[in-house]
Amino acid sequence: MTEHTTSPAVMRSKLGQARGLGAAGSGFHHWWSQRVTAFALVPLTIWFVWSCVHMIGMTRADVAHYMSNPLVAGLMIAMIAVTFHHQMLGFDVIIDDYVRDDAKVFTKLILKGINTLLGLVAVIAVLRIAFSG
Amino acid sequence: MVEFNLPKNSRIQIGKTYKAPSGAKRVRDFKIYRWNADDGKNPQTDTYQVDLDDCGPMVLDALIKIKNEVDPTLTFRRSCREGICGSCAMNIDGINTLACLKPIDECKGDVKINPLPHMPVVKDLVADLSGAYAQLRSIEPWLQSDTPPPPNGERLQSKEERVLLDGMWECILCFCCTTSCPSYWWNGDRYLGPAVLLAAYRFIVDSRDERTGERLDALEDPFKLYRCHTIMNCTQTCPKGLNPGKAIAQIKQLMVERQI
Repeated sequence: MTEHTTSPAVMRSKLGQARGLGAAGSGFHHWWSQRVTAFALVPLTIWFVWSCVHMIGMTRADVAHYMSNPLVAGLMIAMIAVTFHHQMLGFDVIIDDYVRDDAKVFTKLILKGINTLLGLVAVIAVLRIAFSG
Repeated sequence: MVEFNLPKNSRIQIGKTYKAPSGAKRVRDFKIYRWNADDGKNPQTDTYQVDLDDCGPMVLDALIKIKNEVDPTLTFRRSCREGICGSCAMNIDGINTLACLKPIDECKGDVKINPLPHMPVVKDLVADLSGAYAQLRSIEPWLQSDTPPPPNGERLQSKEERVLLDGMWECILCFCCTTSCPSYWWNGDRYLGPAVLLAAYRFIVDSRDERTGERLDALEDPFKLYRCHTIMNCTQTCPKGLNPGKAIAQIKQLMVERQI
């Protein structure tokens, strides 16, 4: 809410502070990617839920056979890639909003690392099942 | 940066109560934020009881009455008293608005008055807007054109081109919208905020301006523009009924148009 003082250590003019380091020259791509992945996830999620329901009661061999269809494996991997990409873009937004300075870079790198690793694990799991079918 | 608690020296305490004159029939409590840099005390909320039968209809009328008749130390900005100058922007009954345009009758219960949120306070209801003014200056809110004006000195535009400026030229720069925006609260040093982005769009769509691309370049930034998450507090609070949220969306749309 209300603050009373600005830092006495800052004597730079307000205009200098407002201009800061200038425009980064990026921002559009991130914003656009977030929306494109959001739209892509609508059909992919519907298909994924339908697929999960379809697999209820199947044996492991049946699932492996179903996943060995290149279209199914491709859609599954697309679903994973788009989900994790969209998730990371969302994390970026939250971190940019709420985290600052050194903690920000650290938080982004850690989250990006964990996110990428989890995505890779999921893709490899799909490939493993698909190639075993 | 997000803050969940006020700093210790900013926590608001209960202040004095100024009773209404005896015989007053229609009394309303005005709970007003008080702070000054000189006494070293925490801010406090003073209560002023005002007889509405002896007061004008707007919140600014009550503030002026309090200052003239009860407590001359109460400090606030005001000038035109008709919603043109933007001086008396403050948070009334939980919403940023102009005290001169806000009828007392529209406030529920006690009339709670605070300075514009999350800005440094100069004194009482006077917020320090110098940072926001500098941000406005940074987007160069004036016509820029390499083509010299015609000999008669006027740059013409069609009616259709002129219509595009409606809903933007009316902005009085009271910064009610900017100070209502959570994104501006957390990142006000880097995010330009709705008032400044509305002003930027006003020149981006002005047919007489020739720096559209440069203006968009200057906004192509994760913070300056893209901290807007379409929360729409700006549009909800604007005392002039303008729509800064829409202007920001239109800037983002132009960013798409020039890339795709």
